[in-house]
Amino acid sequence: MTTGFDRRRLLQGSAAASALALAAPALVRSAAAQGGPIKIGFPVPLTGAFGAEANDQVRAAQLAVREFNEAGGFQGRQAELLVRDDKINPGEAASRTLELIEKDKVNFLVGGLSAAVTLSINNVARERGVIYNSISQSDAINEAKDFGRFTFHEALNPHMTAGAVGRYVFPKSGKRVAFLSADYAYGHEMMRGFKRAGEASGIEVVADIRHPIGASDYSAFLPRIAALKPDVLCLCNFGRDQVVSIQQATEFGLKRNTKLVAPVLLFTSRKAGGEAFDGVIGGTSYYWRLEDTVPSAKAFNDKFRAAYNGAVPSDYGALGYAGVRSVLEGVKAAGSVETDRVVAAMEGLKADFYKGPQSFRKCDHQLVQSVLIVESKSKGMKTPDDVFTILGTEGPDERFLRGCDELGHKA
Amino acid sequence: MSAPVPGHALAQGTPLAAPRPGSGRTGRWLALASRHRVALTLAFLVVFPWVAPYQALAVNILVLGLYALGFNLLFGYTGLLSFGHAAFLGGGAYGCGIAIVHYGLHPVLALVAGTLLATFIAAAMGVLAIRTRGIYFAMTTLALSMCVYYAFYRAEAFTGGENGLRGINVPVLTLPGFLLDLLDPVVKYYAVLAVVGGAVWLFSRLLSSPFGAALKAIRENEGRAQACGYDVRRMKLVAFVISGALCGLAGALQAIHLSIVPIETMHYATSGQAVMMALLGGMGTFFGPFIGAATFSLLQDGLSTLTSHWQLFVGAIFIAFVLFLPLGIWGEVLARLRRAGW
Amino acid sequence: MTDLSLGGFPLDLLALQLVTGIALGAIYVLVGIGLSLIFGLMNVVNFAHGAFFMVGAYVGVFLYGYTGSFWLSLVAAPLAMGLLGLAVERVLVRPLYGRGIDDPLLLTFGLSYCMVESVRIAFGLTGLPFGAPPDLRGAVDLGIGYFPLYRLFLIAFSLTVVGALWLFIERTSFGLVIRAGARDPQIVQVLGIEISKVWLAVFGLGCALAGLAGILAAPLQGVTPEMGIPVLAEAFVVTVVGGMGSLAGAVLAGLLVGIVVAMTSLVAPDMTKMAIFALMALVLLVRPRGLLGRAGALG
Repeated sequence: MTTGFDRRRLLQGSAAASALALAAPALVRSAAAQGGPIKIGFPVPLTGAFGAEANDQVRAAQLAVREFNEAGGFQGRQAELLVRDDKINPGEAASRTLELIEKDKVNFLVGGLSAAVTLSINNVARERGVIYNSISQSDAINEAKDFGRFTFHEALNPHMTAGAVGRYVFPKSGKRVAFLSADYAYGHEMMRGFKRAGEASGIEVVADIRHPIGASDYSAFLPRIAALKPDVLCLCNFGRDQVVSIQQATEFGLKRNTKLVAPVLLFTSRKAGGEAFDGVIGGTSYYWRLEDTVPSAKAFNDKFRAAYNGAVPSDYGALGYAGVRSVLEGVKAAGSVETDRVVAAMEGLKADFYKGPQSFRKCDHQLVQSVLIVESKSKGMKTPDDVFTILGTEGPDERFLRGCDELGHKA
Repeated sequence: MSAPVPGHALAQGTPLAAPRPGSGRTGRWLALASRHRVALTLAFLVVFPWVAPYQALAVNILVLGLYALGFNLLFGYTGLLSFGHAAFLGGGAYGCGIAIVHYGLHPVLALVAGTLLATFIAAAMGVLAIRTRGIYFAMTTLALSMCVYYAFYRAEAFTGGENGLRGINVPVLTLPGFLLDLLDPVVKYYAVLAVVGGAVWLFSRLLSSPFGAALKAIRENEGRAQACGYDVRRMKLVAFVISGALCGLAGALQAIHLSIVPIETMHYATSGQAVMMALLGGMGTFFGPFIGAATFSLLQDGLSTLTSHWQLFVGAIFIAFVLFLPLGIWGEVLARLRRAGW
Repeated sequence: MTDLSLGGFPLDLLALQLVTGIALGAIYVLVGIGLSLIFGLMNVVNFAHGAFFMVGAYVGVFLYGYTGSFWLSLVAAPLAMGLLGLAVERVLVRPLYGRGIDDPLLLTFGLSYCMVESVRIAFGLTGLPFGAPPDLRGAVDLGIGYFPLYRLFLIAFSLTVVGALWLFIERTSFGLVIRAGARDPQIVQVLGIEISKVWLAVFGLGCALAGLAGILAAPLQGVTPEMGIPVLAEAFVVTVVGGMGSLAGAVLAGLLVGIVVAMTSLVAPDMTKMAIFALMALVLLVRPRGLLGRAGALG
């Protein structure tokens, strides 16, 4: 009875499958492409420890969509943002991505805010031939193993960020360097970026300590580091880990002899960490004070302020904007929403959306872009959001990326 | 005024919860339904994807239902509260995923490999944990499962560590005589259902066997079961391992469904999820785990679409359930039907 | 630095690491005692313990913003959490007595969700920055190296609280009732004492201790809605290792866990998290009742 029905369904499915087995991704794509609005799926962690960043990503992404629609859309078609909460859990993200592709039939995906989640979305999307523009930092997503033709990476990767910070800091602050890194891929990737940059300036690694991710206390690692009196302490961790480790390093008096350096200095982390961050140097993809020197940043900030009661966009928020814009500009340039054409158009995109020139590298679709070097401050602030001083900018240059062959891409 | 003693049921070897809805005087209709429990469960699951919000969620519920079912064998039917079942779900998922990604095994063999790995982990954990009782058993399983978690976390070359295992891509399942397009969500659902259905059938056979009766005897009164000549410790261990194997199969299916294995699968929060689903659905009931899994997933999914403060409502609903529906949804339904003389 | 060393590490550093471990342990002790009392006496697994820790920290930090007095926060946070605990016991937990161990567990799990989300709504998703109060900032030379003053204060303060608690339980008549209730609640009832009042008080006390631990931990890490989650797991470890319901056990286990964490951080830093679970598994397998657990109410 019931099992009979079950089996019939299976056989029906299989009949279709044998014909379509290999053409399946194309089928999904053409189904999504017909008429109606241009749908962009946007999975981000609205709940969980990165909710603040995710909400900012959504606001900025909506700005990009509105801008596109107000300019008339594409051939009369409007863009639509479908926001989903991935709860910063890769399993949830995979399910939500399946929902977006299978049920909502989205044309494109943009989003993600942790390496594990972004890799999960990417794996589901590339198997089904849907373009995914990742706005979360990861080195792995560039590598041939995870990369797919439909994968794009709008965010900086840890190698670029850590490298830029290292190249700035090591010559200035000294050669005896200690590392305190979160013991997971992302932490290791940042450390690798620092060490590569350090080879050129001949640094000496005096300690290389790995802490478990999500540790609530770092005091046990600090006496040993303090005793070594390094010139620079690189904190290769992220989010909450960064806030707590910087606060406790300050408490243990490390700042007396040592420059604290964090590769990815988040706007929101700085706000959560307060004055303990004073003097900490780090890298970021975007900081709103870039508007003092870059016109496109000024234009973006003004639009954001106008839309959201004078608030300024955060670093990850800005990526939400840029991620969506890259895809929509790709559509315009391609003159089509058809996946292959948009891929080709995005590969050729030379744009300046919000931070100066940017373009995707052909082999791994990594966005070549500038890295800002900022220093945290709590005095002489123009507004409560004025938390960093921009020390320098490393311009976009493919030299600062890992080589295509190193990533396993065949020429 | 005399207040009842809190929580001492556990210590005295009586059942964990209030009288089970499945026991006692049962009317004609319920007896009939009980005889055909596998068919009825499958009938529900066959229709389910057409009422679920989306198919990927339906597959999740199917897999989580199997996970809760496996957990319920130990918790609901044997009376052992484990906080370590994430190790089996994760073991199954990693076993299956690693077999496909690193060794290119056929997906069906990979399912077997995942289940075997979970069974092995369950046997190793069981031998150690079974020596303890009550809340100490729960804590021992929790601690051991976290050791398994860190072992998998650190084996980055195989498991992908914190980034999770990616690349478990099975777009087409090749079976003798035909192909299944697993990228079609409907086909995928029924393919997974075929496996889950088999497991449900096996589970039902197991419960009806003398072994099933022995487990219930242990739950009702461990001392008496011992006196009756049952080798209680051995029985518990076997139940623990079978429970782990079922959860491992669920994990293996999940790996193929999501095409990734997140390390979170092994975290104790996932063990907690099994407890929650079993309690929500109705512990010690045959169909309860699926109801629990569906309620849990649909609640989270629906509320998180409506509000970013969904956790407030999920929490409040849990509290309301405990206070007003202690038998769980399915347990309560059965109890009411029985009272109505069905 | 001296030339003495052990296993490649200078003795000074080892000693300093030991002090660090004790400071860490002080927090573990306070959260552990609360959980252990509730667990041991009422057989209630309080899954909201970490949430009480977190809300206590928020209450303290919030008040500090208004009054500027850390001392006031040190009193107000546990007081507020104690009152909240009383209300939770009376309204939510009490109807569950006699139902088994899983119902209170599920209920407090749901409660923790509500508490965390309420804090997110009230104070935002990003945490609040918070550092040690001005009088307790800076580092002191212990002769073996510099050590943060606040952490020394933390050790001393926790020691005082534990001492007071010990006196309360061992030397007052109410403490006697608590001890008796832990051994055999039925006998206590037969003696004409309303055991439900004892449970009410114990639940409130446990929650107050969690709140106190929260505000004490706030200057170390700031506050976030998620700060209670790892604490819950650590408190379970302390409770299990020490023996459920044992005050001395919780103190011993809390310090032990702190020192194990500190020493693992030195020798194999990436193993610190695993170390505490390995410790818990080891204790459970070798001595299931915990280091100082005894056959009491738990049978």
